[in-house]
Amino acid sequence: MPAVEEDKIFIREKKNKALPLCYHCGTPCITNTITIDDNVFCCDGCLLVYEILNKNGLCDYYKLQSHPGLSQIKPVRKDKYAYLDNDEIAKQLYKFTNGDYTIITFYIPGVHCSSCMWLLEHLNKVNNGIIESRLNFTTKEITIHFSKNKISLRKITELLATIGYEPYISLDEANKKKTKNFNKSKIYKLGVAGFCFGNIMMMSFPEYLSHNSGIEQQYAHLFRYMNLALAMPVFFYSASEFFVTAWKGLLQKTLNIDAPIALAIIITFLRSIYEIAGNTGGGYLDSLCGIVFFMLVGRVVQERTYKSISFHRDYKSYFPIAVNVVTVNGIQSKRLQELKEKDIVQLHNDEIIPADAIVLKGNAFIDYSFVTGESEPVAIMQNEMVYAGGKQVGEQLTIQIIKPVAGSYLTSLWNHYAFSKDKEEKNDAGSAIHVLSRYFTWILLSLALCTAIYWSVYDPSKIIISVTAMLIVACPCALLLCVTFTNGNLLRIFSNNGLFLRDATVIEQLGKLDHIVFDKTGTITQSGNNHFICSGHQLTEEEKDLLYSVISPSKHPYSKAIAAWLGHRGASQVSAWKETPGKGLDAIINGNRILVGSGEFAGIPKDKIKEGNASVYIRINDKITSFHTSSVFRDSIPQIIPALSQQYKLSLLSGDNDRQKILLEDLFGKTSELLFEQKPIDKLHYIESLQQNNKHILMIGDGLNDAGALQQSNVGITLADDINNFTPSCDAILDAKRFAFLPSVLKLAKASRYIIGASFIVSIIYNIIGLFFAMQGILRPMVAAILMPCSTISIVIISSGVSSLVARRLHLSLKIKE
Amino acid sequence: MSALYLLVIVSICVAGAFLAAFIWCVKTNQYEDQKGSSLRMLYDDEFQREIYK
Repeated sequence: MPAVEEDKIFIREKKNKALPLCYHCGTPCITNTITIDDNVFCCDGCLLVYEILNKNGLCDYYKLQSHPGLSQIKPVRKDKYAYLDNDEIAKQLYKFTNGDYTIITFYIPGVHCSSCMWLLEHLNKVNNGIIESRLNFTTKEITIHFSKNKISLRKITELLATIGYEPYISLDEANKKKTKNFNKSKIYKLGVAGFCFGNIMMMSFPEYLSHNSGIEQQYAHLFRYMNLALAMPVFFYSASEFFVTAWKGLLQKTLNIDAPIALAIIITFLRSIYEIAGNTGGGYLDSLCGIVFFMLVGRVVQERTYKSISFHRDYKSYFPIAVNVVTVNGIQSKRLQELKEKDIVQLHNDEIIPADAIVLKGNAFIDYSFVTGESEPVAIMQNEMVYAGGKQVGEQLTIQIIKPVAGSYLTSLWNHYAFSKDKEEKNDAGSAIHVLSRYFTWILLSLALCTAIYWSVYDPSKIIISVTAMLIVACPCALLLCVTFTNGNLLRIFSNNGLFLRDATVIEQLGKLDHIVFDKTGTITQSGNNHFICSGHQLTEEEKDLLYSVISPSKHPYSKAIAAWLGHRGASQVSAWKETPGKGLDAIINGNRILVGSGEFAGIPKDKIKEGNASVYIRINDKITSFHTSSVFRDSIPQIIPALSQQYKLSLLSGDNDRQKILLEDLFGKTSELLFEQKPIDKLHYIESLQQNNKHILMIGDGLNDAGALQQSNVGITLADDINNFTPSCDAILDAKRFAFLPSVLKLAKASRYIIGASFIVSIIYNIIGLFFAMQGILRPMVAAILMPCSTISIVIISSGVSSLVARRLHLSLKIKE
Repeated sequence: MSALYLLVIVSICVAGAFLAAFIWCVKTNQYEDQKGSSLRMLYDDEFQREIYK
C-alpha cells in the first residue's frame, strides 16, 4: 500500500506579468514562438487577425489603442454559421433586401474601444462586397450594407468572427426591434413643453412686473393671446399622456396619480381661457406649462434604459437558431422550430442540446451547469438520455431527438404560471405612490368642497375663484416629482456601481426585502476557477513528465484540465497507449504502467473511492494519486454573507450535491437554510412557500436553472461576469466584479423610502402654503408662478442631493468607473 | 413701442427654429450614439462611402 501523504491544494496561479503581451489582445504570451514583424502574439488566432488587417492596410487599428483586440485563443468552429446559408433563416435577420443590396444589423458584444469602431467601420476595405458598415457604439450594434451577390451573409458573419467580433445572433432579434422607437414621442413632448414654457414665462413678465400701474391694454392683449397660443400645443400634445392614463384609470374605477394632475391641468387651462377671454387677468398658463414640463422631465429621467442590456430573455435566446440535422441528403441546417422528433442531430464542442434526446454516437460529456447548477460535466453512455440545455464538451456527438423543443424538461419550466405574470405591472400597482395619491385626491376634493360651502355662505362670488385656484395649486406634481427624481438618481447611482435595474419600480421592491436566497454554482462560487486538490501520493517531477505524456493526446476535459495544471512539459516516448471511453487511459512508458481514470479503472478498492467526488485517479505502477477539483468562492463572498446576515435571513439553493456543505454552513451560519440537489422547479416552489409567509424575497442567481426562482421572487438579480452575455429574464443584472457592493446597494434602496418621504413632506408644505392663499381666494398668478418652480427645484435638489449623499456615505461611487 | 410686435414674433421664430432643430436631431437618431460620434470625428482618414450602382 502506498504511504498516506497529506493532501495538497493547488490554486490556479495568476499569470505572470513579466511575460510579453500579445500585440493584438494584450494577453501575456506563454510562448514566444508566434511572431511576425517583431510583434509577439499569444495564439495563432490573434496572429491571423493581424495578418488580415495588415494585408488590407488596416493596421491603424493598433495605433488608436494598444492591444485593442479580443483574445482569439478559442477558435470559432468552421461550420458554426453554416445555417446562415439557409435562406429562410437569413431572411428573418435582414433589415432590408432587394435581392442584391441588403442591410443587416448585428449585435456585437465584443465592442469596447475606439479601435473596434474604426475597424468595424472599415470592413469595406477587407471585402468589396461590403458597401458600408456603421457602428452604434452605445448599443453595440453594427449595420452593414452589402451586396448579396458578392458576399454572403455567412461570409460576413465569419469575417466578423475571425477578426474577433463575433456577432450575437438570436431568434429574439425580431422582437427586439419593436421596443426601439418607444421613447421618442416622450422626448418630442418634452421639447415642445420646454419651448412653450420658456416663452410663456418670458411673456408673462410684463404683466407681473407692472402690476400696480398696469400695462397698456393693447400689449396686454398681445402677450395674453400669445401665451394662449403657446399653451395650446402643451395642453393638446405634451399633456396628452396624463389625460390618457387618468382616463384609463377612471375606466377601471380607480383614481391613479395622473387623475388629479389631469384635473389640475384641465381646470388651469379652462380658467386661464376664461380670464383671458373675459379680459380679467392673464391666467395661470405659465404654471400649467411648467407643471407639464417638469413632470415630463421627471418621467424621462426615470425611464432611463440600458440600451445594450436585455432583461427579457428566456431559453430561446440561449438556444441556437439552427442545428445540423443528418438527413438522407447529407447534413442540413434546420431551424429550431422545424426540428421534429426522431431527427438526428450532430453536435459539436460547446454546442447546446436543443431538445431531450438519446445519444447515438460519440462520447457524450454534458455540462448541465446552466440547467441544473451541477458544476461538473457528466459522462453519458450511448443510448442514454441527454436533456435540452446541456452543453456538449469535447468531441462531436450524434443524438436523436425524442421530444419536441417546447416539450423538453427544461423548457417546460416556462409553462409554469409564474411566467404568465407581468412583474412590472404588479410592482407598479402595489407602489406606495398610488396609495398616497388616492388619499391625496380625496383630501383635496373634500377640502375644495369645504371651501366652496364656506364661501357660499359668506361670499358666493368667490366660490369659483377659490376652488379652481385650490385645484391648480395643490396639484400632486411635487409629490410625483420627488419620486421620479429620486428614482432617476438612484438608477444612475446603481448602474455606476454595476447594478442595472430593469425599471424604476424595482427600487421600491429592493427596499422592502427581508429574505435573500442565493444560488450556489456560478453565484457563490466562480465558474471556471477551481482548486485542484491532490491527495494520496504527491507526484515527483519525473512522474509529472510521465503523466503529461500520457494525458496530452487525450481530448477528455479532465485530461485537458490536468494538462493545463501540469504546464508545458517535454513528452516522453509512449510505448502503449489506449483510451477507453468513459473509463480512462492506460499507457506504458519506459516500463512504467500508468493508469488515469475512474477509481474502478485504476484498480482502487471500492471502499477507498470517495463517493460523489468528481475525481481522477492516477496510478503510476502502484502509487496512487487522486485529483479532484473543488469550486472556489467568489472573492467578495466572505465579506458579503456576514454583512447581509445581520439584516436579512439567508438561504442557499443549490442544484449541486452537498459535498461542500460543511464549508457553506460555516459561511452562512446555523440559522440559514441550505438546500441541495434542487431542481429548477424546486427552487421556484421554495420561493413561493416563503412568499406565502409574507416574506419579500431577493433571489440572486446566474443561470437558466434559476429562471423560475428569479421570476417568482419579488426581486430577481442575475449575477453576470459579463453583463452583455446571456442572462435569464430578471429584474436586475449585477456585474459580478461589483458583487462586494451588494450590501451597500441594498441599504441605499432601503434609504430611498425615507428620502422620498422627506421630499414628500417638503412638497406637502408647499401645498399647504398654496392652499392657504387659494382657500381665501387671493392666489395671484404670480404667487402660483413662483411657488411652482420653487417647489419643483427644491424637491429635485433634496431628492437627488440626499440620495447622492447617502450613496457616498455607503462608499458607493457616484461616477462611472471604467 | 410698436416694435414690440415685431420683436415678439422674431423671438418666437428664433426659439421655434431651435425647437425644430431639436426635433430633427431626435428624429434622425443623433442622440442615439453620443459616444460613437465623438470617437468617429477623431479618425484621420475620411470614411469613404462608395455609391452603390
